[in-house]
Amino acid sequence: MRELDFGYMLELFPILLRYLPLTLEMAGAGMVLALVLACLLAVIRVLKLPGLNALTLLFISFFRGTPLLVQLFLFYYGLPQLLAFLTQINGVTATIMGLTLHFSAYMAESIRAAIVGVDRSQTEAALSIGMTNAQLMRRIVLPQATRIAVPTLMNYFIDMIKATSLAFTLGVTELMGATQKEAAGSFLYFEAFITVAILYWGIVELLAWAQRRLESRLGEAYRR
Amino acid sequence: MIELEGLIKRFGDTTVLDGIDLEIQEGEIIVVIGPSGTGKSTLLRCMNFLERPDAGRLRIGDLDLDVTRARKAEILALRRRTAFVFQNYALFANKTALENIAEGLIVVNRWPRAKAHSRAHEILERIGLAEKANAYPASLSGGQQQRIGIGRAMAAQADVILFDEPTSSLDPEWVEEVLGLMKQLARERQTMLVVTHEMGFARDVADRVIFMDGGRIVEQDVPSRLFTQPRDERTRDFLRKVLANQAASLGPEGSHSRGEPDNGQDSIKETP
Repeated sequence: MRELDFGYMLELFPILLRYLPLTLEMAGAGMVLALVLACLLAVIRVLKLPGLNALTLLFISFFRGTPLLVQLFLFYYGLPQLLAFLTQINGVTATIMGLTLHFSAYMAESIRAAIVGVDRSQTEAALSIGMTNAQLMRRIVLPQATRIAVPTLMNYFIDMIKATSLAFTLGVTELMGATQKEAAGSFLYFEAFITVAILYWGIVELLAWAQRRLESRLGEAYRR
Repeated sequence: MIELEGLIKRFGDTTVLDGIDLEIQEGEIIVVIGPSGTGKSTLLRCMNFLERPDAGRLRIGDLDLDVTRARKAEILALRRRTAFVFQNYALFANKTALENIAEGLIVVNRWPRAKAHSRAHEILERIGLAEKANAYPASLSGGQQQRIGIGRAMAAQADVILFDEPTSSLDPEWVEEVLGLMKQLARERQTMLVVTHEMGFARDVADRVIFMDGGRIVEQDVPSRLFTQPRDERTRDFLRKVLANQAASLGPEGSHSRGEPDNGQDSIKETP
């Protein structure tokens, strides 16, 4: 047995930090796009729009029912063989695409549940004073649905940040890819991977802290 | 003036409203009583189009609706002329007391925020909750929430306020303050249609009491006559059960305006 090489870990830390922005970019872009798509899918589900509802169910079923890694390989290695214009696609774009589609399927369901979870009598009250459907959605339902959905959506965001590490299988040198390269040079695998683990952990803890603050702000109206 | 003509509502095979004709004069206070499941609440909900009636005519002021052909704009217009008070208050949980009252003025009537808030403040004064302006519903008692529910309806300046069992969800201790506010509105000759099991309120405040059974209006009269000389057997039967029940729950000297069971259920179980 050998001793832990703390010196190496300390050296590695600033090197890996340089790759953090790319990881956060992929997660950030994926999250924003997934949110937009998920809201669309959720509204289709809530309003049960004919035709689109069935398509949405199929979409959700597929992207929840298959592993993210399989989906990434499909987009990066598979689809370009069928669709010529996709040969230009780079690993980062493919990852963002995969994360967006995969997580929007999960998020659509939790947004739908949040919308449905807003007390139905408040909808009736809004209608009774003459609000239109759009007005009551914007002023009454969505603000409350947001509060209900935030904890689960933040969970998905945390999951997504960690899932960006799969981009390294598409040849992207992000946090995980960089760690892999460093470890291959130094042969200090434990030190390398425990360092990157601590880095991910730190980011997630930071987010969890932000989540608690956000939830407490959104929960202001509900304290007794 | 408000006029309903041949209002019919079905849920599947069940006819809940079986041709309701009703005229309400401006400033009139009408209380609707009757066993549960006879369409009292549905009648109110149809007048506000929370339920879409299957047939009939609805006239409020210059608005004249054939309910089967009512368009979106007409339904919105109708809702602006009829305010609703819900059994479970149905306050907007994400809005303060003040915002609950001002919301309709801002969104529906397009008032500037400041004007709407100052009107909402006036209403909070009138309902005795000025100091709760910035409180959220979750922090208020049932009685306070329902008074704000009534305040929201007052703000709409509708032709009529429809009260759907406004005290049935309340703990007994809060019933009196809500009935008190309703009596205050009655004194101001606010046109009201009230579905309630508070027989005392009906007797003291109503200009007319309507007894409904099986989706129809069985009889209607001034309370002094309807409560003492009901003409129809069903009315007699209902009143006997309800009044016996109230007496039983109150004892001999109880005030008649209290003593409804507080569980929101109809009080027509047989007395022992």
